[in-house]
Amino acid sequence: MANLTLVQAINLALIQEMEEDDRIILLGEDVGKNGGVFRVTEGLWQRFGGDRVVDSPLAESGILGTSIGLAMAGLRPIPEIQFEGFLGPAYDQICTHAARMRTRTRGAYTVPLTIRVPVGGGIHAPELHSDSPETIYTHTPGLKVVMPASPYDAKGLLISAIRDPDPVIFFEPKRIYRAFREEVPEDEYTIPIGEARVVQEGEQITMVSWGASVIQCMNAIENCNHSVELIDLRTIAPMDMQAIEQSVKKTGRCVVVHEAPKTLGLGAEIASRIMEHCFLHLEAPVQRVAGFDTIMPYYKLELDYMPDAARITKAVEEVSAY
Amino acid sequence: MRPPVTKAPVKQTNHKKVAASKNDAAKGKVKSSNDAKTLKHWLREMLLIREFEVRTMQAYQNRLVGGFCHIYSGQEAVAVGTIAALQDDDPIITAYRCHGHALARGMDPYYCMAELFGRFDGCAKGKGGSMHMFDREKHLYGGHAIVGAQTPLATGLAFATKYEQEVIKTSDHTRVTVCYLGDGALNQGGFHEAMNLAGVLDLPVIFVIENNGYAMGTSVARGTTLADALYRKAESYGMTGHLIEEGMDVVTVHDQFKKVVDETRKTSKPDLVEIRTYRFKGHSMSDPRKYRTHEEEEKWNKQDPIDHLSHDLIKAGELTQDEFKKMTTEIRGEIRDVVKRASEAEPPPLDELYVDVHTGNWGPFKGTTLPNMLRGDNEKTTDQNQESH
Ligand SMILES: Cc1ncc(C[n+]2csc(CCOP(=O)(O)OP(=O)(O)O)c2C)c(N)n1
Ligand SMILES: [Mg+2]
Repeated sequence: MANLTLVQAINLALIQEMEEDDRIILLGEDVGKNGGVFRVTEGLWQRFGGDRVVDSPLAESGILGTSIGLAMAGLRPIPEIQFEGFLGPAYDQICTHAARMRTRTRGAYTVPLTIRVPVGGGIHAPELHSDSPETIYTHTPGLKVVMPASPYDAKGLLISAIRDPDPVIFFEPKRIYRAFREEVPEDEYTIPIGEARVVQEGEQITMVSWGASVIQCMNAIENCNHSVELIDLRTIAPMDMQAIEQSVKKTGRCVVVHEAPKTLGLGAEIASRIMEHCFLHLEAPVQRVAGFDTIMPYYKLELDYMPDAARITKAVEEVSAY
Repeated sequence: MRPPVTKAPVKQTNHKKVAASKNDAAKGKVKSSNDAKTLKHWLREMLLIREFEVRTMQAYQNRLVGGFCHIYSGQEAVAVGTIAALQDDDPIITAYRCHGHALARGMDPYYCMAELFGRFDGCAKGKGGSMHMFDREKHLYGGHAIVGAQTPLATGLAFATKYEQEVIKTSDHTRVTVCYLGDGALNQGGFHEAMNLAGVLDLPVIFVIENNGYAMGTSVARGTTLADALYRKAESYGMTGHLIEEGMDVVTVHDQFKKVVDETRKTSKPDLVEIRTYRFKGHSMSDPRKYRTHEEEEKWNKQDPIDHLSHDLIKAGELTQDEFKKMTTEIRGEIRDVVKRASEAEPPPLDELYVDVHTGNWGPFKGTTLPNMLRGDNEKTTDQNQESH
């Protein structure tokens, strides 16, 4: 066991997987010599050399397209996009190629690709460096979307993602890159993609979240008089609806918390599925605590934009008083 | 739809070095084509940018600046020299290292600093920050954070000016669009699309590569082909490529760039200009600069564009030490005042979150109102329909 931050846990997973499988190649802007903008790949270039940790030109479309080619040919590329806002130029390759290749070729070609992307706000960065675009990729069939909320999960999920035969977008919530440490086993282990984690059991209200917002939920729950069951989705696509359903059938109340703008955020999908599957169990409408339907604001208003304990608590009070 | 532009005959030479007058500068002479008053003005502008950046770095350390902050120090001769070669209504557009261009274009340093500090008085109402400098009056089109993404916009801006002049005749003169980009931006697909389109449509646009040797930690040679002659990339798009080697000398930059601008204005054909320069500071505020050597930094520090010009002027007897000192002190005072005012200014009010998203009713649903949570209440919308501000 080692007491690691999320960054360290990811770094460790990469090292261990690369040592085991020489088909794994890292590529991205400054991932090599410099160890990446967030220093997630620190030391890997020194350890594995420039052939396996490739400093690419500043070209996201090229990075992704090349990775897809590598993957189709049987390698296991792990491209890094420095910030979620730079997925734009890569979007075309991800959605027109990576996501559809298996279907398009009737399974003849697959794209075992793990795209690592720092995501979300809370670090005082401006727009395009603070966004939460997970809905876009969840809305694209063919992609798996993962977002850990703890160092332990980060390591286990990343290893699963790397070994997964299909393209996985591995979103790393930058706000909690170094926010806290956790005991992480030194040996390799996997956490299955598509399985939510019950962070805390409770009887009266179900709270569903993922990524850095999970920490905000925990903060809210700490000073809460109700018995809240907190579910961290961990994987957004495929989503563990069973876990949500089971919990909501028990509690009858649900609050969904996410940073992304409210409209058509995943909260909408979750609320709608709860209605489909748990309608007769519901005691109150599902509440969403989310980002606003506007561009992520510059740092002075950033924390007003992002769901925090106060806003979550308010929603909890509202569903319980309904 | 393509405007009926007249095609000029294809140029024979596809790249050329602009005849350099650099020797004069090296000898410490001041070129006669620019009078001393102009040169002192440029010196002042470069000093202003430098001082602005010094105080910006301080403010960043004091947590007055959010997010990322890309310092322009070292590259002053590029912004000042090139912008001085333009007419006031020539559109310019750049990336995120944009404080220098904004100031050289004449933006009030207060608007610039207030923006950095996230204050309502800033040029983007404190909603953009360091990477988003805009000034409509000064025809400054930003300030954009995505590397290379501004380049197709420049093609569009140039298309518009040409269209206005030649098709709908709402303009009676040729405006030259200048698009600044870094050496790293060359590797983005969008840049090549922009170049190609500008070439196909014969648009009056000049793409200026500010080659400071690095894209973050990646040196030009590690990221780009033709690393020692980036201007030659112009050939693939049938444009003329130019190299301005003495990018640390504002006079050379201006004089050589002016020739290109004049030609572009005359022929309405696009150009690519590579200017060699250096950023004295890290890529952004959190860059330990492990990818370059101390010796290299020293070498470039010795070519400081401000020292360069002030020495020349003093040597030529056009400026006294005292005058120079006075100029420096004045600018220090001016920027100190700007920092003070900006730090006392108000951040945007909370409901600004929903202003400028689009015109008219804000929000994605008809009839929605400002979410009550913005007023401290959770999320329920009220009934009355509130117009946008
Ligand atoms: C599409 C995209 N990818 C990556 C980044 C992160 N990034 C910001 S600046 C930069 C380096 C750009 O270098 P260059 O174009 O040479 O400009 P300079 O910083 O030297 O002025 C990188 C990689 C970004 N902003 N946009
Ligand atoms: Mg550069």
